[in-house]
Amino acid sequence: MKRVLALFFILCTVVSAQNQIKVPYTRYVLPNGLNVILHEDHSTPTVTVNTWFHVGSGYEKPGRTGFAHLFEHLMFMGSGHVAEGEFDKLLESAGGNNNGSTTEDRTNYYEDIPSNALELALYLDSDRMGFLVDAMTPQSVDAQRAVVKNERRQSYENRPYGLSEETILKNLYPPTHPYSWPVIGSMTDLSAATYDDVVEFFRTYYVPNNASLVIAGDINPKETLKLVEKWFDGIPTGKPVAPQNPAAVKLNEEKIVVMEDRVQLPRLYMTWITPQKFAPGDAELDVLASILTGGKNSRLYQKLVYELQIAQDVRSSQNSSKLSSQFQLVATARAGHTLEELKNVIQQEIDKIKNEAPKERELQRAVNQFEASFLDGLESPSGFRGKADLLNSYFYYAGDPDYANEDLARYKALSVDDIQTAAQIYLPNNGRVILSIVPKGKTDLAVQPKAEGK
Amino acid sequence: MKKIFLFSIDLIIISAFCFSIYAQTPDRTKPPQLSAPKKLTLPAIQQFTLSNGLKVVLMEKHVVPLIQLNIIVKTGSVNDPENKTGLAGLTLNMLTEGAAGKTSLELADAIDFLGARISANAFVHSATISLHTPLSKFDDALKIMSDIVLRPDFPQKELDRKKKDRLTSLMQAHDQPTAIASVAFNQILFGKEHSYGRMTTEKEIKSFSTADMKNFYKKYFVSNNAVVIAVGDIKKENLKKKLEATFGKWQKGNVKEIKVKEPTQIAKRIVYLIDKPGAAQSVINIGRIGAARLTNDYNSIVVMNTLLGGSFTSRLNQNLREKNGYTYGASSRFLFRPVPGSFVAASSVQTEVTDKALTEFFNELNGICEPLTDADLNRAKNLVALSYPGNFQSVSEIAGQLEEMVLYNLSENYFGEFVSKILSLTGKDVNAAAKKYIIPDQMIIVVVGDRAKIEEGIKKLNLGEIKNLTIDDVLGEVPKLDK
Repeated sequence: MKRVLALFFILCTVVSAQNQIKVPYTRYVLPNGLNVILHEDHSTPTVTVNTWFHVGSGYEKPGRTGFAHLFEHLMFMGSGHVAEGEFDKLLESAGGNNNGSTTEDRTNYYEDIPSNALELALYLDSDRMGFLVDAMTPQSVDAQRAVVKNERRQSYENRPYGLSEETILKNLYPPTHPYSWPVIGSMTDLSAATYDDVVEFFRTYYVPNNASLVIAGDINPKETLKLVEKWFDGIPTGKPVAPQNPAAVKLNEEKIVVMEDRVQLPRLYMTWITPQKFAPGDAELDVLASILTGGKNSRLYQKLVYELQIAQDVRSSQNSSKLSSQFQLVATARAGHTLEELKNVIQQEIDKIKNEAPKERELQRAVNQFEASFLDGLESPSGFRGKADLLNSYFYYAGDPDYANEDLARYKALSVDDIQTAAQIYLPNNGRVILSIVPKGKTDLAVQPKAEGK
Repeated sequence: MKKIFLFSIDLIIISAFCFSIYAQTPDRTKPPQLSAPKKLTLPAIQQFTLSNGLKVVLMEKHVVPLIQLNIIVKTGSVNDPENKTGLAGLTLNMLTEGAAGKTSLELADAIDFLGARISANAFVHSATISLHTPLSKFDDALKIMSDIVLRPDFPQKELDRKKKDRLTSLMQAHDQPTAIASVAFNQILFGKEHSYGRMTTEKEIKSFSTADMKNFYKKYFVSNNAVVIAVGDIKKENLKKKLEATFGKWQKGNVKEIKVKEPTQIAKRIVYLIDKPGAAQSVINIGRIGAARLTNDYNSIVVMNTLLGGSFTSRLNQNLREKNGYTYGASSRFLFRPVPGSFVAASSVQTEVTDKALTEFFNELNGICEPLTDADLNRAKNLVALSYPGNFQSVSEIAGQLEEMVLYNLSENYFGEFVSKILSLTGKDVNAAAKKYIIPDQMIIVVVGDRAKIEEGIKKLNLGEIKNLTIDDVLGEVPKLDK
C-alpha cells in the first residue's frame, strides 16, 4: 500500500504577535524518498512549484566542470512523454513562467503558474524527474552545450572583470576541493561532456530521494498532495547519494594575484575562506559585511567613497555555502589611484575592528536591516526569491523548512564583541587571496607583493 | 516560542491523507486537462485627496506588515534643460544627500537604522521617491521621507562628490558592450537632440550647479504635480491622517507640461558597426520607432511581441538560442511612452556567427509578418493574460502597476478588464500589428563587436550601408576627473 507520511505539521500565522516570522507548512515524504513541502497563500490565484535537486557543481568529476549547470539546461529539453520544446510551450500556454539555477550545492527549478495549472506543472516536473534520459540524445546535449558556452561568453568573458571569480576560487581552495572551480565551468570541460555523462549524472543525482518539492500558493493541501502522489509515486527511488567529504581547508598564506583586463579602472578583490552557512561565525560575518560596506555610514564606504573619494564603489559579503563560505571585499579605484592605496585603507579599517569592537548602533543598524529583509522574503511565493524557494533552502541547509525565525535569531543574539572576535579569527592577514584586475599594461596599479604601505 | 511537533522515528500516518491509491501509473500520453483559470480579485483601488489637493491612490494589502509608498512627480529626463542632460536624474539623487538641515550621512543612518529603504530616481517621464518599510517603522520613515521630498538642501559638497561618481560611471560605460549598444541605438534612432536619444556628456556633468538643482526642484516639486501611491498593511483613514500631517502643507504651483516631439521613423536600413577589439561576443540591437502607450494597438502589439521575442518560446529565442546555439538568449521589446518609444530586438552572439545571427534575426522579423497559427496565437495570448495575476504579488510590484495607471490615466477597471481583452484578440489583430510595426527594411542595426572579425561577413549580407563608429563616437572621450 502506498502511504503518505506526515512528518511535520505547523499551522500558525505568518507573523505572530510576538513578531515571530513563520512560513506555515506541511511536509510529507513519499515512499520513494521525495520530500514534499506544502504552503498555502491565497493572496493571488497563483501557485509556484519549486524543486531542489541536492546536487550542484561541487559534485562534479574532474574534467567535467560546469556539468551540473549544463545538466540544468537539459532539464528543459523534453522528457520521456514530453517532446523537445513542449515543456516551455505547454507552460506558457497555461500562463506559466519557469526557470532554473545552479550553485555549488544545489540545482533549483520553479514554475510560476495560475493555480488551475498546478497539475500541468506536476506532470512536466515528474516526467523529467522520472524519464528525462528517455528523450535525451547526443544532439540535445550539443545544442545546450552551445547555449551554455555562450552564457559563459556573455556573463564572464565579455563582461568587464568577469573572470575574477574563476581566478579567486582557484587560488583560494586546493584543486581537489569542490569549490575550487566556478559553477559555469571551463570551455574545455564543457566541450568534453558526453551523452553518457548525462545518463550517469541523472541516475546518480536526479533521483526522488535526492530532491525536495515545495508547492506554495493558492492550493488545497489535501488535493495537492493527492496530485503529487499521482504523478511522483511511480518514480523509482535511487541509491543514496554519498555525502561530500572534503578535507577541511585552511589558507596559510597571503596570495597576491594580478590579472589584466579590457577595463578603464583597476579593481581589488580580497577573499578569505570562512565558516559555512549557519555555522558559528556565519551570521557574525554577514553583520561585519554590513558594518564595513552596507550603506553610506558603513566604515569602508564612508572612508573610501564618501570622504577620501579614491574609490568608485566598495562592497563586501559573506557568501555562504554548505561546505565552506567566502568573505569577500571588492573595491574599484577612481582614476589616478592605485589598488595599493585602497588596500592600505581597507587594512586599517579591518585592523581597527580587530582592535576595538564596533559601536552598538552599528550592530543594531545592521540587525534591523536583516530583520526588515526577512519580511520582504514573505511577500510572494514565486520565483527564485519567494517563499517556496526559501522553504526549500531552509530545508536543505538547516534541515527545517520553517527556519526563518531561527535564522533571524542568530543576528539578534549577536554582541559587538562577537563581531570583533569574528574579524580577528576569520580575516587573518596571512590567509587570504588578494586579486588585482588592472587595465591592460598597467600592472603598476596593482597591489604589489610584499609592499607594505607607501 | 516556536512550535515544532517532532514525531518519533516511526513516522505517523495521518489517516486523512491516506486516500485513494493509484493502482496504475498515470496517463502520461497527454498533458492533464486543466480547469478554467480563476479570476484575479484585487483589493479595491481607493483614491482620495489631502486638504492641499495632493492626490493619493491606495491599495490595502494586509498580508505582510510592510508598506510601499511612492511619490510620483510628473517630471523626468524629458524636462532636462538644453545642455543640461541628466539634470533631472542628478536632482532626484541629490534629494537624499541632505534635507531639513540633516546631512547626507545623518539621513542615511536614520533610514538604515529603521531597516527601511528610501530612494529617489528620475525616469524619462516621471520621477519617483519610494519608501519601502516595515509597518512598525512607518511613522518614523514617513517623517524622513517628507524631509527629503519637501525640504532638500542640495549641499555643494555632496554635489561635487556626486559629479565625480557620475563622471566615473561614464568612464566605466566604455567597458560595457551592452551599455554602448543601447546608448548608440537610442542616439541613432531618436537623434541626439531628442529627449529619448540624448545622453549626458562630460561637459554637462561638470556644468551642473546647486542652483540648477534648486531651480529644477522648484519648478516641478509642487503638490498638484505629484501623486502618492501607497500599497500595504494600512487602512485608508489611518494613512490619510499620517499623510495629512506630513504632506498636507505641500504648496501648489504652476507647471507647464512639456510636449515631447514625435520621433521621426527610420526610412532606410543602415548598419552601425562599433569596434570593440577582442570581444568574445557581438552585441546586436535592431529596431525602429515603435508605438505610444495609449495606442489602440497596444494589446495586439504586446501579444505579437510575446510571440516574436517576448518569451522563452518566442521565435527569436527559439531560433537563435535553441535551434542554432548562437547565443544565451535573444529577445525583443517595445518601450511604450506617451509618444512612440523604441522597438528593439537584441542579443549577444558569439563573434564567429555574427553574420549568421543577423540573417536569422531578419528571417524572424520577416516571418512575424506572415499569418500565424492558432497554436502560436493562443500560446502568446494565454501567456500574457493568464500570467497577469503574477504582477500583483509584492507591494512594490503592485505600486508599479498603480503608477502606470496614474501616469497614463488608465481607468480603475483597467486591471480587471485586461485579461479578457487580451483573450479576445484574433489572429488578424495580431498579424495587423506585426505588419504595421515590424518593417524590416526600415530598421537600424547596431553591432558592438570585434570589427576585424565580423565586418566582412556583415558586408556580404547586403543589409544596407555600413557605418563604422568608435566607442568614443557614442559615449564621448573617456572623461577626465579634475583633481
